[in-house]
Amino acid sequence: MKRLSKFMMALTLVGAILAGCGSNNAATPQQEQPKTDSSAPAPADSNKPAEPAANEPVTAVGSTALQPLVEQAAKDFMSKNSGTQIQVQGGGSGTGLSQVASGAASIGNSDIFAEEKDGIPAQELVDHKVAVVGMAAVANPQVGVDNLTKEQLIGIFTGKITNWKEVGGADVKVTLVNRPKSSGTRAVFHQFALDGNEEAEGITEDSSGTVRKIISETPGAIGYLALSYLNESVKALKLDGVEANKDNIVTNKYPVWAYEHMYTKGEPAGTTKAFLDYIMGDEVQGKTVVETGFIPVTEMKVERDAQGNVTQK
Amino acid sequence: MNRQGSDGMTMIEKNVGRQQHRLARDKSYLQSKLLKPNKKQSLENFFGKAIAMSCAALLLIAVISIIYFIASKGLSTFFVNQVSIVDFLTGLKWDPEGEPALFGAFSFILGSFLVTVLAALVAAPLGIGAAIFMNEIYPTFGKKFVKPVIELLVGIPSVVYGYVGLTVLVPFIRERFEVLGFSLLAGGLVLALMILPTITSVATDAIEAVPQDMRNAARALGATRWQTIWHVVLHGALPGCLTAIVLGMARAFGEALAVQMVIGNTSKLPESIFDPISTLTSAITLNMGNTIQGTAYNNALWSLALLLLLMSLFFIMILRILGRKKLDNR
Repeated sequence: MKRLSKFMMALTLVGAILAGCGSNNAATPQQEQPKTDSSAPAPADSNKPAEPAANEPVTAVGSTALQPLVEQAAKDFMSKNSGTQIQVQGGGSGTGLSQVASGAASIGNSDIFAEEKDGIPAQELVDHKVAVVGMAAVANPQVGVDNLTKEQLIGIFTGKITNWKEVGGADVKVTLVNRPKSSGTRAVFHQFALDGNEEAEGITEDSSGTVRKIISETPGAIGYLALSYLNESVKALKLDGVEANKDNIVTNKYPVWAYEHMYTKGEPAGTTKAFLDYIMGDEVQGKTVVETGFIPVTEMKVERDAQGNVTQK
Repeated sequence: MNRQGSDGMTMIEKNVGRQQHRLARDKSYLQSKLLKPNKKQSLENFFGKAIAMSCAALLLIAVISIIYFIASKGLSTFFVNQVSIVDFLTGLKWDPEGEPALFGAFSFILGSFLVTVLAALVAAPLGIGAAIFMNEIYPTFGKKFVKPVIELLVGIPSVVYGYVGLTVLVPFIRERFEVLGFSLLAGGLVLALMILPTITSVATDAIEAVPQDMRNAARALGATRWQTIWHVVLHGALPGCLTAIVLGMARAFGEALAVQMVIGNTSKLPESIFDPISTLTSAITLNMGNTIQGTAYNNALWSLALLLLLMSLFFIMILRILGRKKLDNR
């Protein structure tokens, strides 16, 4: 009897410790699940997470592509506004969107529109487009090709063209380097470069650095990278004779680009709002955005919605 | 008692009484000292017990909640999203965001098994061979030099293995065999290197545990050193060596990062050992961050995790059975 009661005491103690950990750390997956479920039927609750007190830490979670820009901006913002706390974390666009939708994060960073992901209450989220990222089809320098028509590109990625000599290059086999099916970069490339045609199976890697390394070392390899990851070890291919650069992207002459989004649940307030305003300001848009390899969203001459419809600004 | 006078009697009685009284007091003091719980000690006892118990309880709770959590998420693929278990285990096409969504995980399962078996095939002879060298052939040099060197391999982070594999092994396979390079073979070799120290050290312990008498007896019967090693030492250490291999396989099965970097991650079925393939772990790590909690895609990844968990339970079961066998042999 006595031993049992002691054991129960130990159990309760541990239970209390566990419960304490759980409530402090909203990112614990166990904790997250019921929140996601309950967020939809309880809209009254929806404004709460977006309104932290002035000195409450702001968390920006999600896209690893956008992470360097947000990290740099957060660093500058914190040094200008002492007492503010902004934590930037990676985890992927899906993580960012689900965390902001559940209220676990103040800002969800994403490479894609929330509307494009199933299971996200997109109407509850407010989109802040902070930058534009261009993507290029990238090949090993030895393929002997520097321009592809869209038709050729689709042929290569769907597996119909299997040798570079079919598009006027060297006699090497084509090796595809894809992103995972759920990747935001793949979604953009799939929609705007391949016109929705299904990619053939190839090597799959998630990190841009690894993709670049594989393309640079594998003869006949082709993949796609954000413009900020280009260097001399790989060759960016022109699409229909149009080079992937800032001038062609701001006019949509080169169509393979995407917004980088920072979502908030409801309209932002407090530090969150101040931070987002700071990112949209000239200081970040004119300097940090360019330095981290993005295109300032303020310089875009066109606008694109979640369905891919482009309108002149 | 003598009756000399009332005074004397009382004196004696007094004395005796006092003595008895003191004795009784001392006894009761001792008794209380010995029988009554010491407050400090009992407090220490209690806290020690409580700490040890809460550690054990914490571990138990952690394990149970992890299993419950993974199972509840992983099973919802089948019960909430209505994916058939047979399709999941045997289907060849993995396209959870397609129309219609397809959840065929067979190529991942096959990949995990093939790469694990390949790693075990390469690492087991090497590890057991090294263990024999260290115990039977050159013990001083082996224990002083070879063992620490092999154990050093444990400390290398898996991302480093992956990066070395990507930089050295993949180009080597590509040039040597004129294939892509990212392949089952590359994954198996990287894993073999990773599980080598596990196999070696467990096999070393098993061989060490073979009684010296048995070796002496074999020698006395005229067996050569090689005959002793093969028929006596290895025979005696067989359950231990099997444990070593299963332990290594369990580690290989769960390894994610290093394999992901060199195996190519394609969901197509391989035609040869030089073709790329995907594993359960790489399918999870590549997609987990990009999927939304609660969607069928995310749940399907949890199902893959559940499958991994069941596999490691299976490996542990084998280890338990092997461990029992080892005891029976003695």
